[in-house]
Amino acid sequence: MSNWIKVVPLNEIPKLGARVVRHNGRDIAVFRNDGDGVFAMNDKCPHKGGPLSQGIVSGNSVTCPMHGMNISLADGKAVAPDEGCVGTYPVKVEAGVVYLQIM
Amino acid sequence: MQKMKLVMVGNGMAGVRTLEEVLRLAPELYDITVFGAEPHANYNRILLSPVLAGEQTIKDIMLNDVDWYRENGITLHLNRKVVRIDRKARVVYAEDGSSAEYDRLILATGSTPFILPVPGNDLQGVIGFRDIHDVDAMIAASKSYKHAVVIGGGLLGLEAANGLKLRGMDVTVVHISDWLLERQLDQTAARLLQKNLEDKGLKFLLKKQTAAILPVPALSPNSPPQGERDDVPTLRVGGVRFTDGSEIPADLVVMAVGIRPNTALAESAGIHCNRGIVVNDTMQTYDPRIYAIGECVNHRGTAYGLVAPLFEMAKVCANHLAQMGIGRYTGSVTSTKLKVTGIDLFSAGNFSGGGKTENILLSDPVGGVYKKLVIQDNKLVGACLYGDTVDGAWYFQLLREGRDIAGIRDHLMFGQSHVGDVGHQGHNKAAAMSDEMEVCGCNGVCKGTIVKAIKEKGLFTLEDVRKHTKASSSCGSCTGLVEQILASILGGDYSPAPAAKSLCGCTDHTHEEVRAAIREHKLLSIPDTMKFMEWRTPNGCASCRPALNYYLLSTWPHEARDDPQSRFINERAHANIQKDGTYSVVPRMWGGTTNSGELRRIADVADKYQVPMIRVTGGQRIDLFGIKKEDLPKIWAELDMPSGHAYAKALRTVKTCIGTEFCRFGTQNSTQMGIDLEKAFYKMWAPHKVKLAVSGCPRNCAEAAIKDVGVIGVDSGWEIYVGGNGGIKTEVAEFLVKVKTAEEVLEYSGAFLQIYREEARYLDRTVHWIQRVGMDYVKKRVLDDDEGRKAAYQRLMYAIQAEKDPWAERAREGVAKHEFETLAV
Ligand SMILES: Cc1cc2nc3c(=O)[nH]c(=O)nc-3n(C[C@H](O)[C@H](O)[C@H](O)COP(=O)(O)OP(=O)(O)OC[C@H]3O[C@@H](n4cnc5c(N)ncnc54)[C@H](O)[C@@H]3O)c2cc1C
Ligand code: HEM
Ligand code: SF4
Ligand code: FES
Repeated sequence: MSNWIKVVPLNEIPKLGARVVRHNGRDIAVFRNDGDGVFAMNDKCPHKGGPLSQGIVSGNSVTCPMHGMNISLADGKAVAPDEGCVGTYPVKVEAGVVYLQIM
Repeated sequence: MQKMKLVMVGNGMAGVRTLEEVLRLAPELYDITVFGAEPHANYNRILLSPVLAGEQTIKDIMLNDVDWYRENGITLHLNRKVVRIDRKARVVYAEDGSSAEYDRLILATGSTPFILPVPGNDLQGVIGFRDIHDVDAMIAASKSYKHAVVIGGGLLGLEAANGLKLRGMDVTVVHISDWLLERQLDQTAARLLQKNLEDKGLKFLLKKQTAAILPVPALSPNSPPQGERDDVPTLRVGGVRFTDGSEIPADLVVMAVGIRPNTALAESAGIHCNRGIVVNDTMQTYDPRIYAIGECVNHRGTAYGLVAPLFEMAKVCANHLAQMGIGRYTGSVTSTKLKVTGIDLFSAGNFSGGGKTENILLSDPVGGVYKKLVIQDNKLVGACLYGDTVDGAWYFQLLREGRDIAGIRDHLMFGQSHVGDVGHQGHNKAAAMSDEMEVCGCNGVCKGTIVKAIKEKGLFTLEDVRKHTKASSSCGSCTGLVEQILASILGGDYSPAPAAKSLCGCTDHTHEEVRAAIREHKLLSIPDTMKFMEWRTPNGCASCRPALNYYLLSTWPHEARDDPQSRFINERAHANIQKDGTYSVVPRMWGGTTNSGELRRIADVADKYQVPMIRVTGGQRIDLFGIKKEDLPKIWAELDMPSGHAYAKALRTVKTCIGTEFCRFGTQNSTQMGIDLEKAFYKMWAPHKVKLAVSGCPRNCAEAAIKDVGVIGVDSGWEIYVGGNGGIKTEVAEFLVKVKTAEEVLEYSGAFLQIYREEARYLDRTVHWIQRVGMDYVKKRVLDDDEGRKAAYQRLMYAIQAEKDPWAERAREGVAKHEFETLAV
């Protein structure tokens, strides 16, 4: 389990924002909360595939820009009453750099 | 992981609804294949009646077009009837020999019209009323023939008869019972209905039983004997003979005497059927890999013929297919409406009474109103309403909930609005409904669900509500109610003393309190404001953060810093996000004017970035669609034009007409006035979008009467109108003032906009704000107070100075570079 991929320095992800990582043609959204918490998930809303990276981040969830579904950053699950879930990826921050594990 | 294979036979309403639910719950679980015997994608069968009546077209009633199947990766075989299921090998075969393997199979084959077993039932011109093909045949017949006979006086028959009549045919409805709709209505209500339909020109023959259908020219005395008719089956129908020996002419016979579950395929595969494919509470047949759904099933002894129960089945079935376990379908109580425009009829439960039931009756045959409520053990068990069906939904709810009505019994007949606390004079029907009450019977959507969706998902149109909640997306009878609900929510609360409304769930403070605190305590950032106002959440939500950001910027220009992370994506990326995640770019064209250089640059950009669509907007400028986010800064640099703010709650366009420059009617130079206004207010953020227009004379070609600020040139100067809106609810702008000079136009409209910017709630359009504060207040501030007006105009100019062109900053100065870069790993 050492397939961590170096992605971006933490300070290049805006607080309460996201960056898009493209891996093998697939977009992964890497979010940062208002601290140094970093989360990664497929950049595809379970509702109609909206780009979650473009949403507004608050607390530990993001609001999809398309129709306003809220997705929990920690587990990719839609916040009730919405239903649905997005695939998440392990992330870590080491020495100010964000790493992502993609299987 | 290899996906499982899900095959569906029958591409109708119940089946496709099941697939929609499956895709929502478990989009990745199945490879889906659909076989449909009809040549059409999924359409709303219910609305064939209005299509026949000429009130809608086939296009209007499509539910899912072929693109929907493609987008969801569903293999669709249209025009292919499945004729065999090999359950051992788990393969289905279609008529043309094509086949598909399945792990799970759904049978959704619907039902077929029952054709009376009488001689002549195979003549040309004898049809059922079931699909588009039948409707086409009826419409064609109505063009070249005169006499239509509809056999069957049930819902379907009456809708067919009504449609054919509207298409100009002479229509007779033949019915075997003593009265029409005997399964939905009692005799009194049915008589009223019959009278009403007779007034529309329909004819009725009751207590008549069909003996034979006769071919052309069967009505002559020497009509051929029965036996001979069999070898000329392609003859066209000419008449109908009844068991009492009488005959009537007929060029078209529509059989609407009932439907039979379409079980042939299931039976041939050895699946247990008994007046329908027998299913359990999870919609599985005796072969648990095979599900059945819709009109073709028999569930606990009942076969349903209305969509509401079928959609409930669809939910349960999808739930099970998605491996979500334990939903069960336990049967439904149904209610009925007749879809004949101009006739209101509702019935539910046991409306005929008898036994230990008691009736409450209201009968006004002259006024055309009849109501009957059936009560047993202090519970409403049935209702039959004719002429006034407003309270149908309420009765239906009382009935299904089995509520004890002893306490409201003496008022029950007069409807919900008489039963005390719910609703009162002046409130419309929608406002009186409680959240649990059902609005859409077909899809089982209650008011609360719709209200919640409108509020939380920011829905604005009937279409939006249909998409998000399914309400009003099937038979359409509840469309009016849904519209009322929309209006009641979006229209805002304009009562003189509006209930204080907190900004969002993160705080109890109102918009006004938050604005006041920001001003009085000079709060300059979102975190400071949240801390000061004791927000409940650490960083707010997608509702309050954009509002706070606007309040800070509009109160403290030059001092408060914009927070891009608190802006909706369009305002953060300075372009409009589209449904596929690409963006659109609208450069500013002052007052709708442009030049060859700009047009050439737009064309070059379109070529270079292969812009898939270029269109002229309603605001007199050009929109480039399908732009990748990464390309935005480059495109802005190459366009070298200012941002049109088409994506922002800010000044959008100033629409102009040509005016005195060229127009022979023009009294003022409206184009130049528009350019001046647009240059003055460009980059102005606002609580919502702001649109202006300037016309050169009262012919008003620039449509200034539906703009936030509309300016109309007259001989002696300019008239200024405010608070117009062309959106969901068109609002005509109100006259504010007439002024003489262009400078005054700028000052008065600028002052009006500045006061709106400072005092309106975020997301209020000008009209909403004016409705709340009153036009007198606006006049007092803008007209009566000269000093105040000038000062407000100055504040606006000062605020706008703080802003730079967002495209130039990003294209040339590398502002917010990270926003537009994708990281490749
Ligand atoms: C004119 C009209 C008005 C109506 N009005 C109302 C109303 O106001 N309210 C209400 O609730 N209901 C109404 N209904 C009833 C409602 O339309 C039906 O209950 C509903 O459409 C049934 O859905 P289903 O999916 O079970 O069957 P269907 O929608 O009939 O779909 C079955 C499909 O399967 C196809 N099929 C059958 N066998 C095969 C095979 N072997 N291989 C491939 N395909 C096959 C058929 O061609 C058909 O397209 C109305 C019906 C009609 C005809
Ligand atoms: C003599 C006894 C049984 C017979 C003849 C029988 C027969 C069948 C048949 C014909 C199928 C059809 C699906 C296929 O083609 O794979 C099936 C599926 C199934 N059976 Fe049975 N069964 C029996 C006992 C049981 C028992 C005891 C259980 C559970 C306790 C069970 C649970 C299931 C389940 C869950 C399926 C669905 C499996 C799937 O679709 O993947 N069966 N059975
Ligand atoms: S509004 Fe009057 S001035 Fe303007 S184009 Fe129309 S007719 Fe001419
Ligand atoms: S696509 Fe995300 S909410 Fe609709």
